[in-house]
Amino acid sequence: MKNRSRNFYLIPYVIWIALFVIAPLFLVLYYSFFNIEGEFTLSNYQKFFTPVYLKMTFSSFWYAFLITLFTLLIAYPTAYLLTKTKHKQLWLLLIIVPSWINLLLKAYAFLGIFGTYGAANSILEVIGIGSQQILFTDFSFIFVSVYIFLPFMILPIFNALDELNPSLLYASSDLGASQWTTFTRVIFPLTLDGVKAGCQIVFIPALSLFMLTRLIAGNRVITLGTAIEQHFLVTQDWGMGSTIAVFLILAMVLIMIFTGTRKKGVL
Amino acid sequence: MKKNSILSKVYLVLIFFILYGPIFYLIFYSFNSGGTMYQFEGFTLNWYRELFQDTRLLTIVLNTVIIALLSATVSTILGVAGALAILYARKRRVKNTLLSLNNVLIVSPDVIIGASFLILFTMIGIKLGFISVLLAHIAFSVPIVVLMVLPKLEEMSESMIYAALDLGASRFDVLTKVILPYITPGIFAGFFMALTYSLDDFAVTFFVTGNGFTTLSVEIYSLARRGVSLNINALSALLFVFTMLLVVGYYFITKKSEKPRGMGVRQ
Amino acid sequence: MKQLVRAFVAVLAISFILLYIVNRLNSAQGLTEGNVLTVFNWGDYIDAELIDKFGEETGIKVIYETFDSNEAMLTKIQQGGTTYDIAVPSEYTIEKMKEEDLLLPVDHSKIPNLKNIDERFMDLSFDPGNEYSIPYFWGTVGIVYNTDMLEEKGMTLTSWNDLWDPRLKNEILLIDGAREIMGMGLNSLHYSLNDKNDDHLMEAKEKLDSLTPNIKAIVGDEIRLLMENDEASIGLVWSGVAAELMWEKDNLEYVVPEEGSNLWFDNMVIPKTAKNIDGAHQFMNFILDAENAAQNTEYVGYSTPNKAAVALLDEEIVGDERFYPDEEMTARLEVYENLGPRLLSRYNDLFLEFKMHRK
Repeated sequence: MKNRSRNFYLIPYVIWIALFVIAPLFLVLYYSFFNIEGEFTLSNYQKFFTPVYLKMTFSSFWYAFLITLFTLLIAYPTAYLLTKTKHKQLWLLLIIVPSWINLLLKAYAFLGIFGTYGAANSILEVIGIGSQQILFTDFSFIFVSVYIFLPFMILPIFNALDELNPSLLYASSDLGASQWTTFTRVIFPLTLDGVKAGCQIVFIPALSLFMLTRLIAGNRVITLGTAIEQHFLVTQDWGMGSTIAVFLILAMVLIMIFTGTRKKGVL
Repeated sequence: MKKNSILSKVYLVLIFFILYGPIFYLIFYSFNSGGTMYQFEGFTLNWYRELFQDTRLLTIVLNTVIIALLSATVSTILGVAGALAILYARKRRVKNTLLSLNNVLIVSPDVIIGASFLILFTMIGIKLGFISVLLAHIAFSVPIVVLMVLPKLEEMSESMIYAALDLGASRFDVLTKVILPYITPGIFAGFFMALTYSLDDFAVTFFVTGNGFTTLSVEIYSLARRGVSLNINALSALLFVFTMLLVVGYYFITKKSEKPRGMGVRQ
Repeated sequence: MKQLVRAFVAVLAISFILLYIVNRLNSAQGLTEGNVLTVFNWGDYIDAELIDKFGEETGIKVIYETFDSNEAMLTKIQQGGTTYDIAVPSEYTIEKMKEEDLLLPVDHSKIPNLKNIDERFMDLSFDPGNEYSIPYFWGTVGIVYNTDMLEEKGMTLTSWNDLWDPRLKNEILLIDGAREIMGMGLNSLHYSLNDKNDDHLMEAKEKLDSLTPNIKAIVGDEIRLLMENDEASIGLVWSGVAAELMWEKDNLEYVVPEEGSNLWFDNMVIPKTAKNIDGAHQFMNFILDAENAAQNTEYVGYSTPNKAAVALLDEEIVGDERFYPDEEMTARLEVYENLGPRLLSRYNDLFLEFKMHRK
């Protein structure tokens, strides 16, 4: 009985996986063994272990880590406070709506806001800090990335918080736990799955950000995603681009295994 | 406690301010007679007038919305099936393999997805255009739906299903009367995420589109060469107001018809 | 469950209503009928009025699609699946497309207006005898700068080497192109921008590294917007971008550096997958018409190879030596050669290393 039903759900999903995951995956792996002149070689893998690409890998992970961290730090309280509001589902929807406005347009808005004569600098002038270079710095890059990923982090955390059983919280405070203890011992552990899901949804794409590295960071930040985009679209070196992609996918699998083993084997 | 609630209100207001800031910035300049996004010269509605005369742009907007709605719907169905498939997979290894494959598309940079889909579609012989874009959007939205639905499924106790079965419910009944209602919030979250991904996507669409079919983000990207014209701002403003009305309206309608439960609240 | 079903039905209903509207809109525009021509061009690289005019004159409906890099365009044409009747690649890509047998020969007898093209731009090394391509626009790579700022600092800018002046700290915007930036490095050392000697390339890369303190950002097409916003006072740009910028702002000036620079061409070609070959020739002929070319030049702002159009255009535009350089200056300019994949990837690798080089 159970077996039959399982197969039934698997059919559409497995077809999707075969067509749109395995096939592209195979293509990427296949291309990664060819150099720019179309010869079969391992030289792309050799090249990946040169200082240039190792440095790039390191900085990608570092920036992705920072982005995820800040997104989490901002998203968790937001999600928590949202669950306390009256029309919480409405507010949640309103958190998602800004992400429906085209990313490129928002990036252009940020170019205006963060520019030398932009709104942010006008505010800084008024406060008395004085004009700063904001655009093309690590700050602006991380700020805009966090801005973009924020809804993706809030959503799963909100869902996790939302179904938290309130009686657990009452029990905790009845037993004399402080608010902080209740949070660290009860709330946070119970919403850990949501946090993990959020971190995955943010960290993994953050590793391969590209457009923003040019628009907001002025290529002062080069991530693996930027390099892949360059190799596919500019230098036409699909082999090297694929090789980087192979490593990205490996990193993703490792992250999944790493964050997934604690509970029930998933997420 | 009182102080806390003021503090939390301030925090939420700040978050919403930051999320909506760039959008209001875009909207503000859509009324600029100066024609650029950095110096406000005077009020005008010309950009809106120009917009309504542009049937080509209108077609593009409608195409974008259609693709987003259809792809989000189909990928939600596929994603729910996928999440169920993963849930029912007994062996941990199968589970982890499925999940890792699921996440490949999330980690892969858009450019790779786009390029590999392009190769795939031309290999299969699908004509580039509406269908190929729709398929691609469905394909890259599925994993995100799975990620949104799975935590909900995981937390549902298996005993509920067995209880239903013991009480004589058929498989189909279990699905429609027990499982789906329980995971409805996750399904909606997945749907909206898929919508977001589809509306935002540029790189994948660019590769797999052709024969005169374009979406808004591809169009905006190609306009970027000359600096985005303000009728695009006007367009975003209208779309924004429209979605706001839709979201708020939808929320209150569903709220009224279903009494205390809002959309997405459990059961 | 009811809620789910209801939402599902609503979404589908809305989608199909919208689909219907789009279909109506498309057929109202005549996009569904037979005689269409698909043009694949750079974003905003033609006066849209000309497309309408072409439709009125010939009854052919133009579908206009855009790309943002030669390579992206090449990928799409290589893969097929969509039929472009006209594409507008740059010279080194035309060479590549010829090698890969992606182009159809152009029938000169069907393009009487070809006589309007200046001899200087015909029969160039990348396409001898113009067998496959017809000139569309051309231009140079150079420096656009803010005259007020330079005056303030008491500087003049005439050569690439002037950019290395420490007074220009954090003032320069570069375009994100390996050939352009490596070319700048090589030119500043008085090497050819097609240099094949690896020592020279390394030298150029090191020279570029030492420019890092002066560089504010390395950007794409948004360089135009950033220069317009006074985000930086110096930008390395294509001449057309400079022309547009100077049109907008009086205090900007453009110079082609004295060490030499790049001369580029964008030509119209007919990809092998074309369906409406006759229409493609008609379109080429239409664009080469003196009046149309003049109108297009006024809109796009790049330099036209059309001498009949030049005669029609304002002296202010075509008399401008910065954009219509004389023979002596043209002699200092070089066209990018197709370096072959191995050497090109060397250029790209060095450029990537340069971008990774932090202050």
